[in-house]
Amino acid sequence: MASEYRLELKNVSKSFPGVKALDGVNLAVRPGTVHALMGENGAGKSTLMKCLFGIYKMDTGEVYLEGEKVNITDPDMAMEKGVSMVHQELQPVPARSVAENMFIGRYPVKQIGPMKVIDHKTMYEQTEYWLKEVGLEFDPKALLGTLSIGQMQSVEIAKAVSHNAKVIILDEPTSSLSDKEVDQLFRIMEQLRDNGVSMIYISHKMDEIKRIADDITIMRDGQYVGTWSAEELTTDQIISLMVGRELTNIYPAGDAQIGDVALEVERLSSIHEKSFQDVSFNVRKGEIVGFGGLVGAQRTEAMEGLFGIRHLTGGTIKVNGKEVKITRPRDAMNVGIGMITEDRRGSGIFGCLSIKDNVGVTVYDKHLKGGIVLDHAEINKIVDESIDQLSIKTPSKNTQIMNLSGGNQQKVIVSRWLANDPDILIMDEPTRGIDVGAKHEIYEIMRDLARQGKAIIMVSSEMAELLGMSDRIYVMCAGRLTGEIDRKEDMTQEKVMEYATRFA
Amino acid sequence: MKKQFNLKNFLINYGVIIIMLILVAYTSVVRPNFLRTNNLTNILTNMSYRLVIACGIAGCIITAGCDLSAGRMIGFGSCIAGSLVQRMDYAGKFFPNLEPMNPILVVIITMCITGCFGAVTGFFVAYLSVPPFIATMAMMEIVYGLSLIYTGGSPVGGYDPGFTKIASTKILGLSSLIWIAIAILIITWFIFNMTRHGKYMYAIGGNVQAAEVAGVPVKLTLLLIYMKAAMMYGLAGFMLACKSGGTNINTGLGYEMEAIAACTIGGVSVTGGRGKVSSAIIGVAVFEFLKTALQFLGVTPDAQYIALGIIIFAAISLDIRKYIAKK
Repeated sequence: MASEYRLELKNVSKSFPGVKALDGVNLAVRPGTVHALMGENGAGKSTLMKCLFGIYKMDTGEVYLEGEKVNITDPDMAMEKGVSMVHQELQPVPARSVAENMFIGRYPVKQIGPMKVIDHKTMYEQTEYWLKEVGLEFDPKALLGTLSIGQMQSVEIAKAVSHNAKVIILDEPTSSLSDKEVDQLFRIMEQLRDNGVSMIYISHKMDEIKRIADDITIMRDGQYVGTWSAEELTTDQIISLMVGRELTNIYPAGDAQIGDVALEVERLSSIHEKSFQDVSFNVRKGEIVGFGGLVGAQRTEAMEGLFGIRHLTGGTIKVNGKEVKITRPRDAMNVGIGMITEDRRGSGIFGCLSIKDNVGVTVYDKHLKGGIVLDHAEINKIVDESIDQLSIKTPSKNTQIMNLSGGNQQKVIVSRWLANDPDILIMDEPTRGIDVGAKHEIYEIMRDLARQGKAIIMVSSEMAELLGMSDRIYVMCAGRLTGEIDRKEDMTQEKVMEYATRFA
Repeated sequence: MKKQFNLKNFLINYGVIIIMLILVAYTSVVRPNFLRTNNLTNILTNMSYRLVIACGIAGCIITAGCDLSAGRMIGFGSCIAGSLVQRMDYAGKFFPNLEPMNPILVVIITMCITGCFGAVTGFFVAYLSVPPFIATMAMMEIVYGLSLIYTGGSPVGGYDPGFTKIASTKILGLSSLIWIAIAILIITWFIFNMTRHGKYMYAIGGNVQAAEVAGVPVKLTLLLIYMKAAMMYGLAGFMLACKSGGTNINTGLGYEMEAIAACTIGGVSVTGGRGKVSSAIIGVAVFEFLKTALQFLGVTPDAQYIALGIIIFAAISLDIRKYIAKK
């Protein structure tokens, strides 16, 4: 039986230990349309797509393709059924050619005597054909690694098309693309749409949604909010549907006394020309200073430069008016700076170690008996206090940190730095990948720290968070500081975007 | 939440130990001699220097490294130690005019020399980012060459009785070698658990990037770990020289693999960050008891290699089950 919809997901639920990631979510995609799937980080969009694509197994729920019920158990099967996915983080093999990446796992073969060998000629021809199909012309023999991110993405899409995909999932494809590359991507998408392909498009960028989407489904906290036609909704409506409450609610108001300048950075420059250059800013005691900008604006890099993780060619750093030299994290710690990095898994947690060891690592120097033996009693006290103060939900301080939720892991990392009692705390994407409840708690903690007179730098790519939490905002674009917004009434999305796209 | 007994998890956690206990129980029934004090102290003596080696190599493995130079370092250490304690009347004496040295001094000299070489390995691993596998392999070759040159390839024997007496001296019925091992175990436990260095070692193994960000002196810690490990190998070489009364350049050959295997069997994870002193003890004990049990059951040394290989397969595939999350 033919159906009005190309793809239908009905009542999909999925639980992970301790969290219900999806709770009765629906999604219906019409043929030849771009269907935007929207929601905050952690709303469950990616989880839903992974369930559809067979990476996760859904607990309950049904999938219909062209009105027919299907049970997709793994990605191979999904592709066979005509569902393809272009992943949020691309997973290509940069050291191999475009053609090999297109045909990875399904290389065309030919028979030579008793042996099957890879048929390179067919592979290159086919690749060229499919690339043309989406309006691209690269040399199929070029190494994938020599292409830009945007081009790699196009190759991924061509690959999806070559699978005869009827539904293509695009999970935040534009997050690391330049405007020009976005235009190119949209041209490809429009062409595919004209050819009758359905696309599920996950993005946070409102202007893109308004440009490309036909229908919009909104999710919130793992639940289905509703589906609308794109023309029906204004940007503000979309945001309020996604957030589900007044934006002001989740950001506690700032009431800290703002004091003297705690940190003054002048003309901080990276050794890499394309990274941060000539970045100057200051932060006062009790102030939360936000750093806004697009992905790739080099905000993280600048902060890591300040903290001694990256090399500098120049710049002066003054802490409480005194010039300091920072060439490694330990130097920064000694002058009272702490840093919570953006990549919690990669450079934050020690996954297999206990909460205690995760917190204690910054302060072993300070808690020694006779200069040699660790004062476990003292360290235990610090850890117990932080578990209590930041209400970290854990069975015990000896629990391995990887068994905690993202929000609780983040709180452990915050305690790690607080244990060292910094005057200045750099928080790079402090709420990335954690649920709304825990986010709110992190915000409360930040406000509390500001009240204690600590200076806080917050790098954030979430506009609402940036606007909601910052006392002052700096905006970066392509490695330069392009703007400073210091009056609350000037803090608008438009203003930030204007500075953030200065060189785009 | 109530903790339920789960047979599967129990088997995964203690599988290797259970296999060992079954084999030991079976052997002691079939061959009553197995549980005689004499045999048990013998096993313990054999474990002594292996424990010292394992304590050294465990540090490297916990930081997600390894140390292939251990075996050759042991040989080098034993030759140095041996050459310093030869009898005055021994024909092939290395240093004809050298009075046999005080064993304490010999230990210190041996450990300092191997320690220096370990520090060099550590320097390459930590400061020049050479992968531990390669760096320690290079050091293995260098140390072997040095021992060849030092000894001219000839065996080092004819020890002063004062030296060999150490191995035969018994305190509370146990060879003093066992007491040395116990002392090293306690010192290692202390370093691993009660010092910054130990905590930093776990942090580096757990996540080296995070360790750097958290201000851990990653490079210095790594260098010290390889140096400390090499000192242990020197000590083990000394112990072997004591025990066997004569050494040659091939003493200790292959012990690095045995030590790595023992550590991993005991639960020191090769992916880093996990492992305790007790893991080294369990691993070495499992290895030594199994070997002896097989020997008692009449399995030839040749076939024992196969059995040990199987144990490593089984142990590691069980061990890894504890950590890999189900998708």
